[in-house]
Amino acid sequence: MTTRREMLGLAASLALALGGLAQAGAAIAQAPRFITVSSTTSTTDSGLFEHLLPLFKAKTGIEVRVVSQGTGQALDTGRRGDADVVFVHARAQERAFVADGFGVARKPVMYNDFVLIGPKSDPAGIKGGTDILAGLKAVQAKAAPFVSRGDKSGTHAAELNLWQAAGIAIAQAKGPWYREIGQGMGAALNTAGAMGAYVLSDRATWISFKNRGDLAIMVEGDARLFNQYGVILVNPARHPHVKQADGQAFIDWLVSPEGQKAIADYRIEGQQLFFPNAAEPGA
Amino acid sequence: MDVASAFAAAFQLVLGLDPRFLQIVGLSLSVTLTAVVLAALIGLPLGAWLALARFPGRAALIVLINGLMGLPPVVAGLMVFLLLSRSGPLGDWGLLFTPSAMVAAQMLLVLPIIVALTRSTVEELWTEYREHFRSIGLTGLRAVPSLLWDGRFALATGLLAGFGRASAEVGAVLIVGGNIAGYTRTMTTSIALETSKGDLPLALGLGLVLIALTLAINAAAYGASRVGARFAG
Repeated sequence: MTTRREMLGLAASLALALGGLAQAGAAIAQAPRFITVSSTTSTTDSGLFEHLLPLFKAKTGIEVRVVSQGTGQALDTGRRGDADVVFVHARAQERAFVADGFGVARKPVMYNDFVLIGPKSDPAGIKGGTDILAGLKAVQAKAAPFVSRGDKSGTHAAELNLWQAAGIAIAQAKGPWYREIGQGMGAALNTAGAMGAYVLSDRATWISFKNRGDLAIMVEGDARLFNQYGVILVNPARHPHVKQADGQAFIDWLVSPEGQKAIADYRIEGQQLFFPNAAEPGA
Repeated sequence: MDVASAFAAAFQLVLGLDPRFLQIVGLSLSVTLTAVVLAALIGLPLGAWLALARFPGRAALIVLINGLMGLPPVVAGLMVFLLLSRSGPLGDWGLLFTPSAMVAAQMLLVLPIIVALTRSTVEELWTEYREHFRSIGLTGLRAVPSLLWDGRFALATGLLAGFGRASAEVGAVLIVGGNIAGYTRTMTTSIALETSKGDLPLALGLGLVLIALTLAINAAAYGASRVGARFAG
């Protein structure tokens, strides 16, 4: 049988091991100045942050740690207080986030646009179009395969809005041709490529995507495909540990002439991916 | 895409000695090794105790721990996430999206393996050598160090299995670490990221490096146990 002393010894060694873990955590907590930003897959997958963050760090000494998620999830991360700043693209959700007291103020930063991607064989016959609603109607009418993000991301929200604008109640109209994958933009493009399906993508991810295979842009240039990004400081009144000063410094830099120029300067294969518009009213 | 370009990418990664790549490999190894060591510190004594102790509900506890060996990594990650989130019970520690959180999640995955394998190894040895231990005056938990030592080769295999499970998983570290570049990005989360960027050769190249590392660690452990066995006679 076990004695009380032996039990105590076991308990002590357990406590010791857990203490070691906490200590490791404390050592890391003393790391240099940093803020945590929850952002979308498009800003990370396109390489924008790799371009911006070293510039910001060189100027301020603040390290920015980016967790990239879909817009819905990124806002949730802010709601729970697990990020200092959220940087996303879904205006209605961003405004609700601020209105509900989770964020301090929303500042517009930049935009890019969505493009409808599809297989070069183009079963819906929409290649070269500039009317996104006509394009989506044709996809639905022909029941051509369509990949939806299905992950409450900004792109998913935009896609749902476009179906609605096209007069298609997608919840009722969807059939086996409409495939919700619940994953990020890159995964959706990989899936669309493998299935020969249509998919709505932000242009930045599309330009930087390396596994295009048989995919090409089908519809682009419609004003309804506009994709605005905004940045919000998580409300320190609700989450007192939020690094208000450093988070605000990042936001101020993004919308400053210097930050805006850095965004405009980011190019892949000569193409500008994001267009700064912090000064544009109502953006 | 062809496999040759994946091998080319793998060689480029290894030979190029890119500091960002080395940082990712270093983080992966240190997180997983820390998790395995901490889990061993807890799991070896706990498993041995479970092998020797008799109490009501012991059978149920053994079944539970055996079952937890199949705990889906994403569930382990979610549990640690909910604990460490600022809105969770341990939120004040500020550990979410840090390597410590990844260590905790991997510990949760490794611990049941170590406890279960230690329990079965020690129980077998105890059944076989109980009389011998008794004759030299080692009873109850005082026999544990000797039992663990006698079972060290079997237990080493258990630790390797734990290491394998932790180093191969992506679901848990992605949720609690956040895949932050230069801070919580590991081999497996890089592979997931490069796949989503459509850079399949680089993703597979990283995978090849990870497989090679795992093989090297297993070879080293096997070699050490062979040498040890020879000296142990």
